[in-house]
Amino acid sequence: MRSTLLPALRLLAVLTLLTGVVYPLATTGAASLLFPRRAHGSLVARDGHVVGSELVGQAFRDPRYLWGRPATSTPPYDGRASGGSNLGPSNPALAVAVAARVAALRAADPDATGPVPVDLVTASASGLDPHVSPEAARYQAARIARARGMPVAQVLSVIDAHTAPRTFGLLGEPRVHVLGVNLALDAAARDNRTR
Amino acid sequence: MTAAGWAELALFVAALLAAARPLGAYLARVYEGRPCGLDRVLGPVERALYRAAGVDPAKETGWKAYARAFLAFNAVGFVVVYALQRAQALLPGNPDALPAVAPHTAFNTAISFVTNTNWQSYAGESTMSYATQMLALTVQNFVSAASGLAVLAALARGFSRREADAVGSFWADVVRGTLYVLLPLSFVLALVLVGEGVPQTLEGAAKVEVLDPAPGADGTPVREQTVARGPVASQVSIKQLGTNGGGFFNANSAHPLENPTPLSGFLQCLAILLLPAALCLGFGRMVGGKKEGLALLLAMVVLFVPLLAVVAAAEDRPTPALRHPDVAADAANLEGKEVRFGVAGSALWVTATTAASNGSVNSMHDSLSPVAGGVAMALIQLGEVVFGGVGSGLYGMVVFALVAVFVAGLMVGRTPEYLGKKIEAFEMKMASLVVLSPVATVLLGTAVAVSCEAGRAGVLNPGPHGFSEVLYAFSSAGNNNGSAFAGLSAGTPFYDVALGVAMWVGRYVPALAALALAGSLARKKRVPAGPGTLAGHGPLFVALLCAVVVLVGALTFFPALALGPVVEQLLASR
Repeated sequence: MRSTLLPALRLLAVLTLLTGVVYPLATTGAASLLFPRRAHGSLVARDGHVVGSELVGQAFRDPRYLWGRPATSTPPYDGRASGGSNLGPSNPALAVAVAARVAALRAADPDATGPVPVDLVTASASGLDPHVSPEAARYQAARIARARGMPVAQVLSVIDAHTAPRTFGLLGEPRVHVLGVNLALDAAARDNRTR
Repeated sequence: MTAAGWAELALFVAALLAAARPLGAYLARVYEGRPCGLDRVLGPVERALYRAAGVDPAKETGWKAYARAFLAFNAVGFVVVYALQRAQALLPGNPDALPAVAPHTAFNTAISFVTNTNWQSYAGESTMSYATQMLALTVQNFVSAASGLAVLAALARGFSRREADAVGSFWADVVRGTLYVLLPLSFVLALVLVGEGVPQTLEGAAKVEVLDPAPGADGTPVREQTVARGPVASQVSIKQLGTNGGGFFNANSAHPLENPTPLSGFLQCLAILLLPAALCLGFGRMVGGKKEGLALLLAMVVLFVPLLAVVAAAEDRPTPALRHPDVAADAANLEGKEVRFGVAGSALWVTATTAASNGSVNSMHDSLSPVAGGVAMALIQLGEVVFGGVGSGLYGMVVFALVAVFVAGLMVGRTPEYLGKKIEAFEMKMASLVVLSPVATVLLGTAVAVSCEAGRAGVLNPGPHGFSEVLYAFSSAGNNNGSAFAGLSAGTPFYDVALGVAMWVGRYVPALAALALAGSLARKKRVPAGPGTLAGHGPLFVALLCAVVVLVGALTFFPALALGPVVEQLLASR
């Protein structure tokens, strides 16, 4: 057995060096040369402060902001605790949560008509989903405009500017980047004031 | 689902089949020891690895010595992965100052990664240091996949050789698979993923100031958000390509930093099935039966495509919990799904990751509709042979092919043969071991877990769905898949140990049986095909093979599925 264990140990040691040290370090080196910003988490800065990652969703509760998917963690959108609700399709707790989310959205904007977009009442898989559907964004436009004293058309144009189509017209779904919209809304509000 | 969604699914299948052909030819070259192109660059590295390990790649062995090397290599891997987790607090490469991993978690994780299962009873970002992720987990992502490939290569030699004792050198097979197949593919995919936004850095987590602070657990506003980072891309690419599936982050490939865009999702999903599909054609070339290799691939596709359509259609409808007067009646089931992937991208992943023994997720399987969750579970229970794990999926499928020709042989009263080798009592005994061992772990494990308090305590959802969580866990572990109905609190000593044992049995019993098959087949003469021979290709064979896979799976698992997803669906549609 010793004649087998020794080569096994030695081979694991050299393959550890190759796949556990050389490979990740070479990838890190090449990545920071080719895509330095993305390799470091796609961080976004405003006025010299890092205010988020482009890819990681944040919790928004203020009516002046576009809201994202319902949260699964406390605090909401905790970057250290990714994951979904794991509630099953016929779990009564999920039906209760959906009803509460519908009620909260209706209460925040009693004038809104039409069905509530389903992505606003269901938790994402990661708890950090940075996007909502275009329907979910447009559903909130009137509330945001009212809270900010801004024309609805201006809110809608910000939303459009941060809407991505399907990749190659085929892959994934059209989506609105929530943090991007909210940073742009803050900037637009500042412009409106200075004008 | 939209036309674009269905088109995405069709494009996926087309891209998979297109890539399988050239890669299959390449794989055959690698395992036959012929020049493959990359050896001109990496040949010196290969020879240096042999020298450092003190092994002679030209010294081939019989199946028993091959199996001993396989087991020794895996045992050493287990010890190292366990030790690194327990010692991580004392080692460098731990910028977020994580403590030592608990013994039962470390035990489970070590078995999980060595057996190519990558079941995770922990959350990566808050449990494993960067050093552990790189030196223990990333390494096993490579070498556990290379081990599975090696066993398949030995089995292929069993078919191609005549009256021979040797089935190859395990050391050479592991080195060549790692160096010429897994490393180059992973490196290229990792860089593409970084380009899409997956982090690749040794810096610790970033702290950012959020725009709209929300109250934390103690009610005070939390102004800071942690952006978890690390050497993510290099691990994600191999966890997809090696059918490992263990995520860098807890949410796996649903995490927007692990899988940021629809394109990264498509490529990661393609990476799941790429090697298992190509291996069919590579195997065909190695055994001198290209048509037979294609037949194995077609059988997998024939089983995969309809199940994919069922999952996609099932997820495109609202679940009972989403039936609310203010929510559109045609709303899709987006609970546990990411907006960027939508129904099509999520359904594709659910089907691919359970068909292969990958186990990574881009949506939460616990929140799937009963039909989709049931299909996912059934695909795992078929024994991970519809694509399956790299190497392990195909040796499982070859075993089912032996069962198929055996059944056909019984019908005409004649000794069956496959790929020119007579299939006799010993071969059928080994085939039965491969088919039956996961059955035992899945059904017995589930029965024990739901009968004792420690097993029931982990269940999150009420009713039949709670039973599904336990059944899914043992199906996943016993077939080395690694995905979960994640509501189950599996990070307990009971589940860590029980599922650890299931993973162990699910890996080594079939692998050793496959090696014994290789040894026995290699010693046989090649018999020319006669008028009574059932050809190992053509529509008749593909249909027979699919029927055997489905029948064995259905007869074994239907009663258990009836208690979980079937009854849940019946209750939901009342």
